[in-house]
Amino acid sequence: MLVTQLKPEEEILAKVSQKKLFIFECLGCQEVYFPKKDIKRFIGNLREETVGRATLDYLCNREFVREYIRAYSKEIEEAKVVLILSCGVGTQVVSSLLENKVVYTGCDTLYLKGFQGLAVQDFDCNQCGQCYLNYTGGICPLTNCTKGLLNGPCGGAKDGKCEVNPEADCAWELIYKRLKKLEKLDLLREILSLRDYNKIVIDSLSRGGVMQ
Amino acid sequence: MNFAEKLKSGDFLITSEVGPLKGVNTEETLKEAEILKGKVDGFNVTDLQSSVMRLGSMAVCHLLVKRGLEPIFQITCRDRNRLALQSDLLSAYVLGIRNVLVLTGDHTVLGDHPEAKPVFDLDSVSLLDAASGLMEGKDMKGNDLEGKPEFCLGAVVNPGADIMELQLIKMEKKIKAGAKFFQTQAVYDLESFEKFMKEAKKFKVPTLGGIVLLKSAGMARYMNENVAGISVPDRYIKMMSEAKKGERAEVSIKIASELIKGMKDMCQGVHIMPLGWEKYVSRVLEASGLT
Repeated sequence: MLVTQLKPEEEILAKVSQKKLFIFECLGCQEVYFPKKDIKRFIGNLREETVGRATLDYLCNREFVREYIRAYSKEIEEAKVVLILSCGVGTQVVSSLLENKVVYTGCDTLYLKGFQGLAVQDFDCNQCGQCYLNYTGGICPLTNCTKGLLNGPCGGAKDGKCEVNPEADCAWELIYKRLKKLEKLDLLREILSLRDYNKIVIDSLSRGGVMQ
Repeated sequence: MNFAEKLKSGDFLITSEVGPLKGVNTEETLKEAEILKGKVDGFNVTDLQSSVMRLGSMAVCHLLVKRGLEPIFQITCRDRNRLALQSDLLSAYVLGIRNVLVLTGDHTVLGDHPEAKPVFDLDSVSLLDAASGLMEGKDMKGNDLEGKPEFCLGAVVNPGADIMELQLIKMEKKIKAGAKFFQTQAVYDLESFEKFMKEAKKFKVPTLGGIVLLKSAGMARYMNENVAGISVPDRYIKMMSEAKKGERAEVSIKIASELIKGMKDMCQGVHIMPLGWEKYVSRVLEASGLT
């Protein structure tokens, strides 16, 4: 199971400030605890122009989301940034469907003990609690890079394939290509904050205010 | 002049490599290094190269120091978390080790203990950053150290990697995190190396071109197929396959010296990785006019 938490508001605003937004909000599944009150307050306080907003459940279902994107294509076209309020999988699904659009997540996803995963999916979320997707074009370096590297490729990829698993694409080459397309290569020059393993060691259930 | 001073002087640098064995026999390893005393500026000591369990880099570096040779301590992020990595850097310093080459490291599944837990708590960039912090007297949490180490920090770069721009971005990050020199993956294609160095020149950080001695045509073909960023030209493969078994070393020395002569004006040094052929390094240097 997992918990989705709103990122610190300054962090989200730094990404979306003064940009026309389209917002995808996931109502989730029974596995996920969503910060519904926090999201409501955050959206209520947003000064940025929101050209459209879609609220749906199972943002992790790619085919389902594809239909939504089709239905809202005009609004999404008009938006400068698509903001996702969901777990890490939802953000990755939307990013993969909107390769020419800047997609940012407003949430961190944390581990919650209990069974998870009802169906096999193309995208995975490590529930690291410090979502890196805003720096990597919506491609998760933790679940897609076999070494989980945060600062670029290890140099072992051959013809775009990972040295550990030749079936798999090098995550960092995919990230590079996505960011180049979005003209956001500068994001790769930032040294990302290290992983805080505390976030997965503590018992998420004991967190106050998470289960709303 | 020690390695760090020579780096600053702008002189052309030569480094070679020592691979610790699986076990506790060190005499042969040290002897091979001693033959090159005075001929090279530093010896990289590999850290469980190819993720194969062996004698450790720190111990062998220390033995080299005791024999008056200058080691470059290779440290990877594969096997240790941030506590152990920082502690090992401090330990290396008190054992007389001054040069450190920071790498992410091969994945555990590629080695001889594929069931092992891959760590990668840090990566090459964050470990360089941590080492720079130690040099300023602080650990990664900002706690004060009792006495601070002084290191000459280096890193690696792969000039022939799939996407050059991505390599350059990471190279720049490593420099920002404290890298003062670079050693490259093996170079066989001087044209693409020149292209890379033209771009990398702007960083003004000394870069030593990598040389791996070819042992056979089969090895060259294997590397072309399996090793990232390596493309041995057909001409060299032909030279190796036409050489009789007893002449292969001669041909290999000829190829290596041709490459060294070719790259001499493109970079600030060479890093020779003999992979077991340590005994031929002197000959390579002579043939390249570097002695």
